[in-house]
Amino acid sequence: MDLRVGRHPLLGDMNRGRWVTIYVDGRPIPALEGEPIAAALYASGIRTTRLSARTREPRGPFCMIGRCTECAMIVDGVSSVRTCRTPVRDGMRVDTPIGAAS
Amino acid sequence: MSLPLETVMMVVVGAGPAGLCAALEAEEAGVSVVVVDENDRGGGQLFKQIHRFFGSRHHGAGRRGFQIAEDMAEGCRRVGVEIRLSSTVLGFFPGGELMVDGPGGVYLMVPKAAVVATGATERSLAFPGWTLPGVMGAGAAQTLVNVHGVLPGRRVLMAGAGNVGLIVTYQLLQAGAEVVGIVDMADRVGGYEVHADRVRREGVPIFMRHRLLAAEGVQGVEAVLVESMDQGGKIRRFRADSLCLALGLTPMVELAAMRGCRMVFQGELGGFVPWHDEEMRTDQPGVYVAGDAAGVEEASVAMEEGRMAGISAAEDLGALGAGQVKRKRAAVRHRLDGLRGGPYGEGKLEAKRCIYCR
Repeated sequence: MDLRVGRHPLLGDMNRGRWVTIYVDGRPIPALEGEPIAAALYASGIRTTRLSARTREPRGPFCMIGRCTECAMIVDGVSSVRTCRTPVRDGMRVDTPIGAAS
Repeated sequence: MSLPLETVMMVVVGAGPAGLCAALEAEEAGVSVVVVDENDRGGGQLFKQIHRFFGSRHHGAGRRGFQIAEDMAEGCRRVGVEIRLSSTVLGFFPGGELMVDGPGGVYLMVPKAAVVATGATERSLAFPGWTLPGVMGAGAAQTLVNVHGVLPGRRVLMAGAGNVGLIVTYQLLQAGAEVVGIVDMADRVGGYEVHADRVRREGVPIFMRHRLLAAEGVQGVEAVLVESMDQGGKIRRFRADSLCLALGLTPMVELAAMRGCRMVFQGELGGFVPWHDEEMRTDQPGVYVAGDAAGVEEASVAMEEGRMAGISAAEDLGALGAGQVKRKRAAVRHRLDGLRGGPYGEGKLEAKRCIYCR
């Protein structure tokens, strides 16, 4: 499922920047350099950014401006990174945190 | 541990419409101002507004929100305001220091005057399924679609028929999503009729007196259940992969509260706000508040409150003479009265008056 807008009637081509690849739980997905990681995930149909520590239910981006922390993932080995505020770099490794941090 | 310490004349927290206007007013009066904002671009939430604003020319009417933001940031830089982006204020201590986490590390700032223009945050609502991926704030959807060019879903249900719900609905349509409906518990549409008419013309049904029952799905939203509040309580099931919540905003007041500002509750303004007078002074000397952080209103009001805070700070720092202050303040007050003159603004004005007199 591709959720990218592409050509916008007011804003023109929204696929700005260079296409790169990031790895989500090991799986390669296309992303635009500089866009937030969470946007790249959403565009590829990946809506789950973490699992609830208690119930293991899926959680996804909720505020997109760094407030809610629902989108916090493990980025290049660093935990609790807010993916809605962290820009994509080529080759980034993004992993889904499962449950409580140990 | 000792942190680098920087003494400055004036700090503004937040580079949105209120903060930038406060900075501009003070800097023009000769005060050296540093604006600190955690985002990587200025303009606050205007950066995701792609619709043309109406109102007066003074508030950028006819321009799109993100253009107004760019104009304001440029205007500030031209007169010498320093805008530090990607810099999060972690704390505002009772002694007056601010702790900032910037690109170069964490440091302390000690200002003679500080304007808290931290804006507001979206309200949420807890109901079964509200934690499912695909349920998000309408502002989040707006950021995703207008700034990052990604749709929150193909079929969206909007909860809330205020201006945010209506405008985001239209913007989702523009970007190619389908909006299956707007639901709201109120009797009447809360936003401007012009926005409601526009989404109705596009064929989006608005269900008033309907409440959210549940969002359903396994890995994410697949359907949303909504119940009529009229007799019989008919339940509708919308097939949707995204549910946007446009339920209003609440002021972001943590920094002001931490600084020790007296807080007052005013429901009409979104919740707790720092007490302030008409000139945007809080009860703490040298601490001012402006914009949504002083009570949720519109961006144009935030600009004027920002100007008022900037004038007051400049006055208290001795940068403006009494005559200038009087003249500038009268102009701002005149425009604020105009903005709060309509039926929407009247309630806000009354709520503001309740605060001023407390």
